[in-house]
Amino acid sequence: MANVLPMRTPAETALIERFKAEQSSLPGAVEARAEAFARFEKSGLPSRRVEAYHYTDLRNLMREAAPAITARPEPRAPEKHHLLIENGVYLGGDAPEGILVLPLAEALREGRVALGAAMGAASDIVVDLNTALCRDGIYVRVDTVVEAPLFIGFAETLGNAASVMPRVVVEVAAGAALTLVELHAGPDGIAYQKNAVVELILGDGAKVEHIRINEGGDKALMLSTLAVKLGAEAELMSLGLVSGGEVSRHQVFVTYAGENAKIDLRGATMIKGRQHADNTLVVDHAVPNGVSRELFRNVIDDEAQGVFQGRIIVRPHAQKTDGQMASNAVLLSDGAGMANKPELEIFADDVVCAHGATSGALDENQLFYLMARGLPRSEAEALLVEAFLGETLDAVSNDGLREVLAERISRWLEARAR
Amino acid sequence: MLEIRNLHVEIDGKKILNGLDLVIRPGEVAAIMGPNGSGKSTLSYVIAGKEDYEITEGDILLNGQSILEMEANERAAAGIFLAFQYPLEIPGVATMTFLKAAMNAQRKARGESELSPGDFMKAVRGAAEKLGINPDMLKRPLNVGFSGGEKKRMEILQMSLLDPAYCILDETDSGLDIDALRIVAEGVNALRGAGRGMLVITHYQRLLDHIVPDVVHIMAKGRIVKSGGKELALELEKNGYADYVEAA
Ligand SMILES: Nc1ncnc2c1ncn2[C@@H]1O[C@H](COP(=O)(O)OP(=O)(O)OP(=O)(O)O)[C@@H](O)[C@H]1O
Ligand SMILES: [Mg+2]
Repeated sequence: MANVLPMRTPAETALIERFKAEQSSLPGAVEARAEAFARFEKSGLPSRRVEAYHYTDLRNLMREAAPAITARPEPRAPEKHHLLIENGVYLGGDAPEGILVLPLAEALREGRVALGAAMGAASDIVVDLNTALCRDGIYVRVDTVVEAPLFIGFAETLGNAASVMPRVVVEVAAGAALTLVELHAGPDGIAYQKNAVVELILGDGAKVEHIRINEGGDKALMLSTLAVKLGAEAELMSLGLVSGGEVSRHQVFVTYAGENAKIDLRGATMIKGRQHADNTLVVDHAVPNGVSRELFRNVIDDEAQGVFQGRIIVRPHAQKTDGQMASNAVLLSDGAGMANKPELEIFADDVVCAHGATSGALDENQLFYLMARGLPRSEAEALLVEAFLGETLDAVSNDGLREVLAERISRWLEARAR
Repeated sequence: MLEIRNLHVEIDGKKILNGLDLVIRPGEVAAIMGPNGSGKSTLSYVIAGKEDYEITEGDILLNGQSILEMEANERAAAGIFLAFQYPLEIPGVATMTFLKAAMNAQRKARGESELSPGDFMKAVRGAAEKLGINPDMLKRPLNVGFSGGEKKRMEILQMSLLDPAYCILDETDSGLDIDALRIVAEGVNALRGAGRGMLVITHYQRLLDHIVPDVVHIMAKGRIVKSGGKELALELEKNGYADYVEAA
């Protein structure tokens, strides 16, 4: 008999046992959980042989599964317009007017919300694990145009390595609008494992600006997914700023469910030391007249490794699709590396799709010009890097948020110069 | 005094400067003329501290001290300024941001305090006006999409703001229309004197009608082959370089 599956790793065994032990106490979504778990049980953690994980061999990177957390964190006084998920547990908070917020566990138990509705035809083991095991999170529903940004803090305050799997489901009704900011932060020196999934379901004509800041701890394994389903004429801008985690992988799955929807996906990644940061996109144009823009910028120092995988699928009847994808990396040291893998899978004939990927050192002639005016090399580099990453921030319409992001970029560069 | 002694420079094993000697005294305006490819821009880059070159022999002294071991930014802070033949475009960096960073970096290197925002704005506005630079241009990314002439004006603007001791102008006249040439020359002349040395690289007598040099050097095949007064430029205009290139 052929032995098709490699031996289970300790992590796989632990996750299987965890599901079996917790299954009966997990809130709602019984079927979705069972199906997701079955897929995981069948395939295990994806290794480099699975194409989508070729550069981020999760099976190898996650030999052991950190234990789930049982202790409930202390409730905290909410900041204005901030919701807080601490160590995977939703602690409540405050939201701008016009936004309905429920604990996800409650929404699941009541059957108000399903898991995986934004995934479309996509399937992914990391999402499956979260679906099977998520215990808590937030359900957000927006029915009007809300100007003030809603912040969701995902704070880890762990003293030891643990696993957290929060889930957030956001529904933005037809014609409604939301600005959503995710802040992920956690302690340095602790090998915690995080698998956060955010699902965004945009009704017809809905508009969302989504910003995600990954400032996880320097030993953390940070897995995150944004799954998006777009109604007709819906518009999404999503920007991910990555500087945290020892290993991070941010995946974005987009499904066009209605025509004339637009997305603008952006990423600004700054990594150093031995960090590994993966940005993986799957944009599925399932209907005609969709527009997608992707701009990912990576700045990589020391021995760090960046990954960009961008797959744009244009289904046979998705005519007039317009997709432009760019991934550019600046390597600040000889040991820095970048793997760029843009992929266009086009099955329609009347489309405009293009991609471009570059990676290399800063331009020596530009550096010399700046230095000849008196800027020390490190300052000249910082100015060029800031400009390079800064371009991704142009799409952020809220001035205050754009400044917050620009400041985080400056801070990273200052720390580097020191 | 800026002194270049027996300078030999190679790039990728190719010899470009070949025993070049040149002295620029404080307050002096020296012009260098020479055929294409004779090494004028190379000389200006080597003085400013560009790294691609191998200096196999010779020295460059600023007030008696060798500057060969100094980085480009240290040379700038010591008072050397190069107006580039081809100024670089820097996307994403607003001209104002750049000017401020450059001025403050040099002040810091000299142990001076940062300029106040008010003093900075005043200095920039004043200098821009004199050079006929539209203030809106200062908000744009540095040199990006600037016309050839606008880029050259921007170089002179930087020169006047940074107040260097020795200025090297590499074909600042190329790409300028007649009016711009006059404005830029006036800008340069305003910086003359006060002990400031200038090395003006040009192909055309026309510029030297506006910026009248104290001495003219002819460069060929990587060295100075003849030096003389301003009349030397007029003679070149008539007879060309042939005699000098053969002799070199
Ligand atoms: N990076 C390089 N690699 C190889 N050769 C070079 C390099 N830079 C300059 N050179 C060569 O060195 C020589 C001198 O060039 P340079 O630009 O200094 O001349 P120039 O006198 O300024 O000419 P022009 O009047 O055309 O501006 C030329 O033959 C040029 O091709
Ligand atoms: Mg030249």
